[in-house]
Amino acid sequence: MSRVSVVVIGGSAGSIPVVTELLQALPRHFQFSVIIVLHRLRNVISSLDTILGNKVQVITIREPNDKEEIREQYVYLAPQNYHLLIEADKTFSLDYSETVHHSRPSIDVTFESVAQVYASQAVAVLLSGANQDGADGLQAIINQGGMVIVQDPATAEYPAMPKAALERNREAVVLTPPEIAAFLRTLTQ
Amino acid sequence: MVVGKNMTVQNSISAEELEEIIILIQRQYGYDFGDYARASLHRRVIRCMQKAGCLTAYELKYQLTNDHRFFAWFIESLTVNVTEMFRDPSFYKELRQNVLPKLASYPAIKIWHAGCSTGEEVFSMAILLHEMGLLSRTRLYATDLNPANLDRARQGIVPLQYMKDYTANYIQSGGTNDFSAYYTARYENAIIHKEYRKNIVFAVHNLATDHVFNEFQLVCCRNVLIYFNRNLQNRAINLFSNSLTPLGYLALGMKESLLFTDVRHQFEVVNPAVRIYRSKR
Repeated sequence: MSRVSVVVIGGSAGSIPVVTELLQALPRHFQFSVIIVLHRLRNVISSLDTILGNKVQVITIREPNDKEEIREQYVYLAPQNYHLLIEADKTFSLDYSETVHHSRPSIDVTFESVAQVYASQAVAVLLSGANQDGADGLQAIINQGGMVIVQDPATAEYPAMPKAALERNREAVVLTPPEIAAFLRTLTQ
Repeated sequence: MVVGKNMTVQNSISAEELEEIIILIQRQYGYDFGDYARASLHRRVIRCMQKAGCLTAYELKYQLTNDHRFFAWFIESLTVNVTEMFRDPSFYKELRQNVLPKLASYPAIKIWHAGCSTGEEVFSMAILLHEMGLLSRTRLYATDLNPANLDRARQGIVPLQYMKDYTANYIQSGGTNDFSAYYTARYENAIIHKEYRKNIVFAVHNLATDHVFNEFQLVCCRNVLIYFNRNLQNRAINLFSNSLTPLGYLALGMKESLLFTDVRHQFEVVNPAVRIYRSKR
């Protein structure tokens, strides 16, 4: 497997405790970028970046601005009410087009974009959720040679999303949250 | 194209094919998408191909070249036309509390909504101005590159299904009137009353190719620049800068910034959270 440049994490209902656990597992100097896409309410004031940030004080969590450069050792959170896309020059582009699976940000949209740009240097992780978002995006990651991890549905508060992803993608690795955390730590060694 | 066991045949194009399509559109029809951000443009082109049933870039290019009606449809579908009334209530609250009271000192107010899509944001602005007693002496210029958007906007039609969300946005923005008093429901549409639209001038304007056409105390261009690369963003911001009166305001989307433009030092930040800037000149 080639060097991992980006870990992209998608989650919906029931995923925030797992995201927190994964971020807490990250070592202080991780040599990749983390991009998180969570389904969020639109048009309400949200301080999810602060909430996550308070739980994981050693790393900075940013909601990126449009055309911002993607840097190593940063954790990026998709801003509410935008799709988050990646340009070939590894900058972010925001997009305010139609919802996908009733979601904006949509996990599929970001996963597909990450697959295009990072190909085999991407690891995608799909967590708990109640809809079908992420299944197509994981397939794009697999097609481009990236690695795909799905949270074990038995450990998910809402198993529908991981189940849908596993039906689509037999190649996906099924792991419990502590196993995903352990895997992320191996990426830095 | 990879076709695996679980996959259906997908409409897809390569980065090179996307460049060929951009050049074809430019040469044949004069629309310049050369400085549009590629990630979203790529998605849009594939989405149009899916809708039109084009499987390959060759098929798409053939249709674009030979079918002018297809081309018109393609351009209308290519640009993102999603918009909301009172999107980001905190932005409208800031307008209400801090920006519009400053504009009230002008005898005549001119506001430009650049990239107005189907008009939802300019209708929101008109409602705010009405509530502050400023609408009668304000002229709102709402421009878009897509004539089909403007046709719809001129009719003041907003899909009724979203009005519940928009009402919630309006209340969060500090609105205290009965929101339903601003429109008439007719079948599946809400029609914004004419009195809130009569000071709006809708016109075609392309931020990639057109120039300064008037002077404004406030320019709103929210979530339009995200579809441009840094080069075109810079052009557009310069255009806005040259369209502002001294100490005029510029409003961008919540995650858009002046950071990558060469005129960033000509602006001061009025409210960083809602991305309102003010020209220092």
